[in-house]
Amino acid sequence: MTVAIPEWAFSYIAPELTVTLSAVIALLLGAFGKKETNAAAASAVALIGSGVALVFTFFLWDVNASIYNNLYTIDNFGTFFKGLALIVSMLVTLLSIRYVEREGIIKGEYYSLMLFGVLGMMVMVSSNHFVTIFIGLETMSISIYILCGLLSGNRASAEAALKYFLLGAFATAFLLYGMALIYATTGVLDIRAIADYIMSGRFGLTPMFMIGMAFIIVGFGFKTASVPFHMWTPDVYQGAPTSITAYMATGIKAAAFGAFLRVFYTAFAPFLLSWSEMLWIIAVATMTLGNITALVQDDVKRMLAYSSIAHAGYILIAFVVGSHIASASILYYLLVYTFMNIGAFTVVVLLGRKGAENTGIESYAGLAGRHPLLALSMSIFLLSLAGIPPLAGFMGKFYVLSAAVKAQYYWLAVIGVLNSVVAVYYYLRVIMAMYFKESSGEFIRPDFSPAYSIVIVICIWALLHMGILPRDFLLIAQKSVGIFM
Amino acid sequence: MNQTFPLLSTLIFFPLAGALLLMLVPRRHALFIKASTLIWTLLEFALSLPLFYRFNENTAAMQFVELKEWYPEWGISYLLGVDGISMLLIMLTTFITILCILCSWESIKDKLKEYYVSFLILETAMIGALCALDLVLFYIFWELMLIPMYLLIGVWGGPNRIYAAVKFFLFTMVGSVLMLVAILALYFHFGGATGIYTFNVFDLYKAQIPIVKQYWLFAAFALSFAIKVPMFPVHTWLPDAHTEAPTAGSVILAAVLLKMGVYGFIRFAIPLFPAAVVAAGPILSWLAVIGIVYGAIMCIMQTDLKRLIAYSSVSHLGYVMLGLFTLNMQGFEGGVYQMLNHGISTGGLFLIVGMIYERRHTRMIADFGGLSKVMPRLAVFFMIITLSSIALPGTNGFVGEFLILLGAFRSNMLYGVLATTGVILGAVYMLWMFQRVMFGKITRDENARLQDVTKREAVILTAIVVFVFLMGLYPGPFLKKLDASAAGYLKYMQAKTSVYASAGNVTPGPPAGIK
Repeated sequence: MTVAIPEWAFSYIAPELTVTLSAVIALLLGAFGKKETNAAAASAVALIGSGVALVFTFFLWDVNASIYNNLYTIDNFGTFFKGLALIVSMLVTLLSIRYVEREGIIKGEYYSLMLFGVLGMMVMVSSNHFVTIFIGLETMSISIYILCGLLSGNRASAEAALKYFLLGAFATAFLLYGMALIYATTGVLDIRAIADYIMSGRFGLTPMFMIGMAFIIVGFGFKTASVPFHMWTPDVYQGAPTSITAYMATGIKAAAFGAFLRVFYTAFAPFLLSWSEMLWIIAVATMTLGNITALVQDDVKRMLAYSSIAHAGYILIAFVVGSHIASASILYYLLVYTFMNIGAFTVVVLLGRKGAENTGIESYAGLAGRHPLLALSMSIFLLSLAGIPPLAGFMGKFYVLSAAVKAQYYWLAVIGVLNSVVAVYYYLRVIMAMYFKESSGEFIRPDFSPAYSIVIVICIWALLHMGILPRDFLLIAQKSVGIFM
Repeated sequence: MNQTFPLLSTLIFFPLAGALLLMLVPRRHALFIKASTLIWTLLEFALSLPLFYRFNENTAAMQFVELKEWYPEWGISYLLGVDGISMLLIMLTTFITILCILCSWESIKDKLKEYYVSFLILETAMIGALCALDLVLFYIFWELMLIPMYLLIGVWGGPNRIYAAVKFFLFTMVGSVLMLVAILALYFHFGGATGIYTFNVFDLYKAQIPIVKQYWLFAAFALSFAIKVPMFPVHTWLPDAHTEAPTAGSVILAAVLLKMGVYGFIRFAIPLFPAAVVAAGPILSWLAVIGIVYGAIMCIMQTDLKRLIAYSSVSHLGYVMLGLFTLNMQGFEGGVYQMLNHGISTGGLFLIVGMIYERRHTRMIADFGGLSKVMPRLAVFFMIITLSSIALPGTNGFVGEFLILLGAFRSNMLYGVLATTGVILGAVYMLWMFQRVMFGKITRDENARLQDVTKREAVILTAIVVFVFLMGLYPGPFLKKLDASAAGYLKYMQAKTSVYASAGNVTPGPPAGIK
């Protein structure tokens, strides 16, 4: 139910305001005062700011409102994704505390940019208006472009930033052009108005509208790392600071899927069949290419990059199906995916060193012998990514598949599960290295800090909880997608 | 069923609790880890005894049923129950696990704690899969079995262990993910037709599935289970897995894990898709017959003891499958009984090979000869178990194989004749192997100094031999537990197939169901 709200409805945008405020404070902390004390202070600000924003987000559950002349929307769908972005922000902040110090990354800016990125995600997923979606997307993207290049003196990091920026700008241009073409056809930018316009039957699928839709798919396909718009992913994920890779692989992907879902299921829902055929091909290509390329990677970080492409493919399965449970399964999958991916990247960070990331698979050899708990945690994350029950990754796949089977997309489901068998092989390779092989050469001492353990414990707990008792989480996901039906 | 004490849940999660506790023990207390695992598995066996004694053999219905809501919106429930078939398999599991722990006592020195933790988790998964009557619950336990077994092969296995472990994992996984799609398709078909969305297998038994859809679904289930059994031609992972696994891994793999495939056929694939079974029965029976003969011929040519026994498993499991697909009382009961026998005798053979391997660090038949002179006691045990494996009357193997052949002749003369050649070939390869290893002159010096069985090993082998004779000479108590379940099962199958044969629309009630 939409209620008319007076302007400056602060209580509705409390989470966004909190994040903005924290970002500014973190930036100022970096600008004034001594470096060392401010690092801790900035991370504390980021953590507390995200936490408080998350609490505000909880209060917005079940609140529906449309504010600022319909430029901004509060609904469960947006609230879910905001919560997810804030969870990512908190976990990545925890993970960054020691990492940033180790790598000598400029600290105030780091947390500030991260929070601005989160702000972008939050804006992007809570709007029914093309303009607001675009502003959110750009806020997020520009922050990330900079974050990718923060490893000063590291060529791969600079390359990642430049590559991501150039290609990202290109893809954003496509998105914007697509929006412009849609506007040219329909004369409106509000995606609900677009849907009304289509439903009114005043026009069929004109070429201009089709091209606009295709361009929007290109734009979102880029951000979600779907084939054939995935080329940047491996290099950027590998070159960026690992904490930022975790942030990109989970936060950006989730936010991009959120906006993607909202635009397609609201504005273009009447044309579901015509675009779902295109997405069918993209889904199959994404998971197959992601998985097969991941098979031959000897670098764990790069392997996780390809695996993130493959996971985008699984999510696209549900996207193609387009039913109510399918969209709920996307939300659930993204939630699960966040925890397992951040967990895995945390272990990657732990094994790194200043100047030597140690992401080659040989660095994992014999880990089980020396650090059994670390190896066990990594195995849990990888097995969850592989979709082995009773971990949450299995439940995620289960819901996606059931949506596909229910809508009788049998072949898509079969291709999906066969892909997950391929995926098992490369996840097992890491487990094999950890458990079956002896380390050659000097063993790397993990770079322990309590914050890492907190992240790992939270992720394991979440994966077990959502795997064994998934009910509450799926009900939340189902409630969140209520707006589409 | 007024079962106040959740016996099945206890049986499932008791080993898991042990595994979790064991994780807390510092790894330097090796003896404590071993001893406590042994005690834990003994307790588990003791816990499973009431299952056997309090089992009501007069009914085909599920017993010890436990039902809890798990995810009601989707019709996923925590539903457990056993009939005669699964009850006996659970007994076999708890029994064999003890022997596995005992036989690992000396041979496993590296990463001891992880080893026993894996074993206990494996036991949880196996018993869970045998009890689960909800398809999702079953699938979870079914997949859970993979990881500990994968680790057992991959960490503590032989030189080529990584290849074998990965092959094992991938083969099984391909089958099971396709089954997952089929499970969902079945779920939505049934839900769409009746409005009841449920994964409860006894509700799904009532489903009327169009014949073409049945073929597809049955194919997916059958592939998954056939890989696990393993049936010809998807058996190729087994020789590798068996050869590379540590002794206890081979034992548990042969004794219980392979039975999961057969059990899957019995509980799920056959009753869910009766019309497809009637159509595909001859194909699967032929594959079983080919497996019997092919496995036996492969055995004759093997030079590695473990590989030989692995192929003999292919042959023996061929009998079991042949028995099942006769769908008559003799064949079916024989098949189930043969599962238990195979668990005992092949488990025993792997134990003996493991003992010899610990002493000589080779499994090549050519490296042995004349062992009976230096190890007379081992020779006696080995002989008895060998004879049980070739189904000499008086041993357990005879009862099962005889019943299966009886059933096979009743259903199709040709199956019977061909399967019987497997018996002859079985005698050839087993006795020839025994002769080459145990008799003749001692050709190598190392063999002359071998120690005979220790007390610990004698305990293990005695336990096996007791069951060889008990089940061979006095099968009554075991078969009696099976009778009602098997009869109910076949009656249900008959009713189902006749419905499909007459193309009627009457839904027969499941006589083996819970109510």
